[in-house]
Amino acid sequence: MSLLHVFGFGLKVGHLLWMLCCWIISVISMNWFLNGGIMDTKTCLLGDGAKICLKWWEKISGTSCKIHHHYYQYICSKRVRRTWWKRLLIAWALGWTVVSLWIFLYMSSQATEKRKETLASMCDERARMLQDQFNVSMNHIQAMSILISTFHHGKNPSAIDQRTFARYTERTAFERPLTSGVAYAVRVLHSEREQFEKQQGWPIRRMDTLEQNPVHKDDYAPEALEPSPVQEEYAPVIFAQDTISHVVSLDMLSGKEDRENVLLARASGKGVLTAPFQLLKTKRLGVILTFAVYKRDLPSNATPKERIQATDGYLGGVFDIESLVEKLLHQLASKQTILVNVYDTSNHSQPISMYGSNISDAGLEHISTLNFGDPFRKHEMRCRFKHKPPWPWLAITTSIGILVIALLIEHIFNATVNRIAKVEEDYHEMMELKKLAEAADVAKSQFLATVSHEIRTPMNGVLGMLDMLIDTDLDVTQQDYVRIAQGSGKALVSLINEVLDQAKIESGKLELEEVQFNLRAILDDVLSLFSGKSQEKGVELAVYISDQVPEMLIGDPGRFRQIITNLMGNSIKFTEKGHVFVTIHLVEEVIDSVEVETETSSKNTLSGFPVADRRRSWRGFRVFSQEGSNGCFPSSSSEINLIVSVEDTGVGIPLDAQSRVFTPFMQVGPSISRTHGGTGIGLSISKCLVGLMQGEIGFVSIPKIGSTFTFTAVFTNACNSNEYRSQQIINQANTASYEFQGMTALIIDPRLVRAKVSRYHIQRLGIQVEVVSDLNQCLSIISNGNTVINMILVEQEVWDKDSGTVALVINNLKRIHHKVPPKLFLLAKSVSSPRTSPATSGVCNATVIMKPLRASMLAASLQRAMGVGNKGNPRNGELPSLSLRSLLLGRNILIVDDNKVNLKVAAGALKKYGADVICVESGKDAISQLEPPHNFDACFMDIQMPEMDGFDATRRIRDMEHNVNSRIQRGEVSAEAYGNISTWHVPILAMTADVIQATHEESLRCGMDGYVSKPFEAEQLYHEASRFFQSVSNGNL
Amino acid sequence: MDVGQMRRQWVEYTKSLFMEGFLDSQFEQLQQLQDESNPDFVVEVVSLFFEDSERLLNDLTRALDQPSVDFKLVDSYVHQLKGSSSSIGASRVKNACIAFRNFCEEQNVEGCRRCLQQVKQENLLVKNKLETLFRMEQQIVAAGGSIPNMEQIGF
Repeated sequence: MSLLHVFGFGLKVGHLLWMLCCWIISVISMNWFLNGGIMDTKTCLLGDGAKICLKWWEKISGTSCKIHHHYYQYICSKRVRRTWWKRLLIAWALGWTVVSLWIFLYMSSQATEKRKETLASMCDERARMLQDQFNVSMNHIQAMSILISTFHHGKNPSAIDQRTFARYTERTAFERPLTSGVAYAVRVLHSEREQFEKQQGWPIRRMDTLEQNPVHKDDYAPEALEPSPVQEEYAPVIFAQDTISHVVSLDMLSGKEDRENVLLARASGKGVLTAPFQLLKTKRLGVILTFAVYKRDLPSNATPKERIQATDGYLGGVFDIESLVEKLLHQLASKQTILVNVYDTSNHSQPISMYGSNISDAGLEHISTLNFGDPFRKHEMRCRFKHKPPWPWLAITTSIGILVIALLIEHIFNATVNRIAKVEEDYHEMMELKKLAEAADVAKSQFLATVSHEIRTPMNGVLGMLDMLIDTDLDVTQQDYVRIAQGSGKALVSLINEVLDQAKIESGKLELEEVQFNLRAILDDVLSLFSGKSQEKGVELAVYISDQVPEMLIGDPGRFRQIITNLMGNSIKFTEKGHVFVTIHLVEEVIDSVEVETETSSKNTLSGFPVADRRRSWRGFRVFSQEGSNGCFPSSSSEINLIVSVEDTGVGIPLDAQSRVFTPFMQVGPSISRTHGGTGIGLSISKCLVGLMQGEIGFVSIPKIGSTFTFTAVFTNACNSNEYRSQQIINQANTASYEFQGMTALIIDPRLVRAKVSRYHIQRLGIQVEVVSDLNQCLSIISNGNTVINMILVEQEVWDKDSGTVALVINNLKRIHHKVPPKLFLLAKSVSSPRTSPATSGVCNATVIMKPLRASMLAASLQRAMGVGNKGNPRNGELPSLSLRSLLLGRNILIVDDNKVNLKVAAGALKKYGADVICVESGKDAISQLEPPHNFDACFMDIQMPEMDGFDATRRIRDMEHNVNSRIQRGEVSAEAYGNISTWHVPILAMTADVIQATHEESLRCGMDGYVSKPFEAEQLYHEASRFFQSVSNGNL
Repeated sequence: MDVGQMRRQWVEYTKSLFMEGFLDSQFEQLQQLQDESNPDFVVEVVSLFFEDSERLLNDLTRALDQPSVDFKLVDSYVHQLKGSSSSIGASRVKNACIAFRNFCEEQNVEGCRRCLQQVKQENLLVKNKLETLFRMEQQIVAAGGSIPNMEQIGF
């Protein structure tokens, strides 16, 4: 899941980055636009831009919101998400297509606008120039009209003739850049015509025929023109610039255009323009500007009539528009880029083209009005670009670029989504597979558990039969076979038990008990289990439990025992010489002494062989690192934190195998299982069990030197809860200790560690202990005589080494202690070694105590040797050869079973071992039989019985006993009435066919002491019976 | 027929009983428990078993004939029968009892009745077989021989 989260987060970040990138790119392109825009439109654009930004931002945040939303919904609905994504992506693509289209349109419209602006400005510029130059020309013509009125009409005779005029106008032509020629026509009334013709020497000719029959320029001959018909008045040209000298003598009033022009000019007193027409001779388009010349200065508000009266003549200027405009445009730059047309638009419906080719192109056009100073005529200039507008490449590339980016992003999104979907699918698939695998694992464990349980049942039969078989008369070979079969069977059962444990742990079914137990007793048990093997091998086996560890603990003794048995079994298996040493301390103790005990390294060990430093085995423990930092102990006072070390001097674990020591079914090498057997799950189970006890396990191992396994476990101190206090009678050491109270023992042992172990065990019996390192010191103490030494325990090593001194000591002992000489004991570690040398054996009667030392065994040996305790009862003295028969002989046993057949069989079995058996068939009968006082030593009770089952019966019996006990204690009844027994507790064993844990627990809960399986198995029966028969007899002492 | 032949017959017969699964190791254990102080132990136990089983089978027949069967009661009867049969090592009776209890758990009346018949059958069979065995033993003893020890048979 976390992977998915990380992935999702990465995607989110990636998306945000992408959005940011995209946004920045868009903003940049926007800015290009803005900067490229023209100042006038900028404000508007800015507004637009802001709006657009806003829109984009909304879109972006919307999208990212959707994406977020999307991620949160991720795991919930896959299908919905898919379709959502599809829609989102399509919307995204469409949206960006629209955006890019819009950008394209916007940019191209901007370009067009700009083009239009350029055109307008160019057109306006041209129009203005044209207008200016026209005005200049017009002004000059007006000035000439004044000149003529002054020098022609004002002087008599006239100061101007044709030649003067021609020369003058020629030389002042630069003043009128737009005129191609100037002519002056005088007003002649009909009455004055003859005189005028005579004076000038030519007739007044008419012009209209010329207009109707245009001739070629070269053929033009004014003399061929007809004389003007009779008119009211005439306006013959008398002066003309050389360029238009052909118009001299022509009557201006006879031409249609000219006549209108002339009449209008003299009536208005202003310059008047004709419509464009074809000029005579040149045949080019032109306009004529006409000014009237008056006889006198007229006021500006003179009526047209007055003006007509005062008219003297008319001055006309010919504007050859075409050539002039061309000339003008030549002067301007970039004339190639635009086309200019000039129109006379006095008549709106029919504009007259004055300049430029007539192109019917509907392209971009700009119109500028021209004002030539004639209020009656309107002119305009139309401009258009010569070339078509170029492709808007910028807009195209920008929009396409944005589109491409958007599509790319979409592609990335799409790919990502697909990828996520795929990963998710894979993940789900994996989850499914994982579930399947786990289910298979659980099924496997269950199968194992079931199968192992099923195998156990027939195996019990096999083992029982083998037990029986070995008791019969067999020859040596047969015995050997049976023993092998038995050994294999036991190995198989223990293997099955281990597998069952492993399976239980794996399927999580293993639960720890919470019962009270004596730690030291358990260790004694384990020691006795391994003593045979260690003695065989000559390996020294020792247990040391710190004084600070409480007597009684609450926890799971069986499992604790299993761990220790496992570790010790391994150690003994792999140790050929040296020792196996178990130490149990409180964790606090070890922490305090970490610095102090540093010198207990290799030399000073139990057997003198070097060992692996056990402190290194717990280096990784949590509890220690915790201590280091905290300094104080976190657990409550009733919690007991034990640390147990099992140290051996065996072969050690190869370095490369050390990492997989706790892996199930892993052994150091294939050869190990061949030479030493075992399945390799012991340590793995131990690790699990330690974990269940809230502890840790660790080890240190040096090849060829040895290994030390250490584990911690948390128990509850039973002494704090005093409910089970009365049960402490069971504690053997306590009961035995009274016998030896006040005695003193002397241990002679040069090895501190070993001496410490010996002292520990002897002290448990209530004996005071002194330790000396050699016999000489021993001698000095004895001869000192200050302390009474009851017993001397000599380590076998000392004995063998220095038998001479031993003899001396013995002699001394006899000499000093006349009354009760101290007993001499020899502490031997193996069966073969206590071959007490002949020299000493004759001298003294030293008792050999076989190691490993155990409280019960030690007590028995001491009792026998010292002659204290229950004399005449051979039970304790014959410890090694205890058999079921001796244990049960003469016991009164009550058997309770509703099934007569079962009853008979059970009775038969117990009778065979010498017990006196009484049978009852119901729980009620059992209760009445067991009502104190009675003389039963034990009761075997069936669990499943009609009316009252075994649990119920036991509960009632216990209640009964409790009543009696409390009454005795309170003194209400005397103990004599109850057979001098102050505490009644008859051991009750459950008989059951099923050995399910639950049944076992239930039986313990209701006050039973143990259980035996039906039908009886000799070894189990012995184990259970021996557990409390000893204690019962002790209690009866 | 001399004693040796009878003993051989006895051994063969015992072997066949074990082979055919009428008896199991528990019966051997019973024989183990029999000694001089208790010479008729096996016979006593076995006859006790048959008395018991007779009674239980009658009870069972009655219980299963009731219109409404009390399966709890039936189960407790079968449990007893199973316990005692396993105690004397009558393994086929025991196995039939196990099947019987399964039907009890399912509350299957038909199956129970079938099982009852089977148990009766097995019980009768093993009774006949054991009676034959005991008769052979008596003959051996009467002929002045001793009953062979099972261990010596070489099981």
